[in-house]
Amino acid sequence: MPAVVTTTPTIRKTALNAVHRQMGAKMVEFNGWDMPVEYPSAGGIIAEHNAVRTGVGIFDVSHMGDIRLQGPQALAAVQHISMNDPSRLAIGQAQYSALLYPQGTFVDDVIVHRLEEDDYLLVINAGTREKDFSWVRDNTRQFDCKVENLSDDFTQIAIQGPKAVDLLEKLHHDLVDVPITDPNVRAPFQKLKIDADFSSVKFYWVTHGRMLTMTGNLRRYDDNILIARTGYTAEDGFEIYVPADETISALVWNGLLATGKELGALPCGLGARNTLRLEGKLPLYGHEISDTINVWEAGLDRFCKIEKPEFIGRDALEKAKSAGLKRTLVGLEMVERGIARDGYKVLDNNGKEIGYVTSGSYAPFLKKNIALAYVPPELGNIGSTLKVEIRGQEVAAKVVPTPFYRRPKKQ
Amino acid sequence: MSYPSDFKYTKEHEWIKADGKNATIGITHYAQESLGDIVFVDVPKPGTELTAGKSFGSVESVKAVSDLYAPASGTVTEVNSELATAPEKINKDAHGSWMVKITLKNPDELKSLLSAADYEKFVAEEGGH
Repeated sequence: MPAVVTTTPTIRKTALNAVHRQMGAKMVEFNGWDMPVEYPSAGGIIAEHNAVRTGVGIFDVSHMGDIRLQGPQALAAVQHISMNDPSRLAIGQAQYSALLYPQGTFVDDVIVHRLEEDDYLLVINAGTREKDFSWVRDNTRQFDCKVENLSDDFTQIAIQGPKAVDLLEKLHHDLVDVPITDPNVRAPFQKLKIDADFSSVKFYWVTHGRMLTMTGNLRRYDDNILIARTGYTAEDGFEIYVPADETISALVWNGLLATGKELGALPCGLGARNTLRLEGKLPLYGHEISDTINVWEAGLDRFCKIEKPEFIGRDALEKAKSAGLKRTLVGLEMVERGIARDGYKVLDNNGKEIGYVTSGSYAPFLKKNIALAYVPPELGNIGSTLKVEIRGQEVAAKVVPTPFYRRPKKQ
Repeated sequence: MSYPSDFKYTKEHEWIKADGKNATIGITHYAQESLGDIVFVDVPKPGTELTAGKSFGSVESVKAVSDLYAPASGTVTEVNSELATAPEKINKDAHGSWMVKITLKNPDELKSLLSAADYEKFVAEEGGH
């Protein structure tokens, strides 16, 4: 027996991990998860990003977390912890919100789904799974509702892009052939069908579908597959929640990619996920939002219903509103050559440090170098010029309207 | 991938092709593959002095910033201006996309660099192909 036992934190894997590796994905550790950052066989980040903007992209987002609140006081519980107003949700409707600390800063951002009368699902970030669950459980004890952590129960797949609905409708109307990639599957064929009226689901609404998977003549039906018309790409799209069984997950993933091939479907990793959400000015926890940033600074006013009589963080936010903003989140576009990246300093035109970049990158669809940054409000007017310090050089940037990209309206 | 035998290589994945006192510098196929889509190249102006082993610029992909290390000492004579507007050319053909041309200060420095065979072995050990 060794005298000293050392333990290393185990990196977590989604049910699709083997499939990603088989496809030759470049893997990276993200918040304790072994995730694909890009798929060289698909062409890499830029190709993946543009597939979502023009066709459809498929993402494994199973690392995200899921918390269910169910019971007679579930609504009251959600009202207490969430800054948006869940009483506005009809059954089947979802809304973007955030869980706040008493100081009015962020525990996490979240999508609140009203599944049934007294049944709510909160979908949260990967890196904050445990923190959020503890927070929700500890802050809703006084309410008659059950709080469950369902994060490990689902493989969550995002299908994003203008052709997402077309791809899913193919799975609705046909029992599609699925290529078998798992050497352990000893069957002559696999097939997939998902019965749901995808076209009728409005943006930020959910439905439930019935999924049929066939491995040879073995048929398996999964009812109540949650399907949400939500996403993190600033495009139309869906997120589906299938059982976290490796064989089923691989079947669904492969079926989506194979059927979507003629629509230009590509597998997409975290690299494209980040550039897509950045173009759409969607916040990332730890960057635009965190436990030291408040709702007003982050510009998320419209998701915060301060007129609600009570929720955690409300009083601090009211005080902060009266005190006025010390910093605000703005969009930057580089004017001189250079890419502003996360954490780089923002300077005024005299070279004085006045803020920092929260997220920055080359934007593959816009073909520009863009960034989000916190700066004093008086220096953040549209058109103002600022500088970003890039490896010791002061590089000019200008404040631009956000979001940088908005998807075209359907004609 | 076969690495040109008339190039010399560094462990930081730069290549250098010498022709008497003149040399051309770029990054290897392995480097561009590791980086992914290259979106930005930052190299110094003609007249700049490079010192062997020291950083002289950078190459950026969507996700990463990577320093460029001088394979040899010398003075920059020419910069490939195509890479300012089409950095993706490096992904398409890394060994055919030169970044800077220099006049060598001390051509003997190249003797300590890796041959194509040694570089291929080095890259195979690093998990490349």
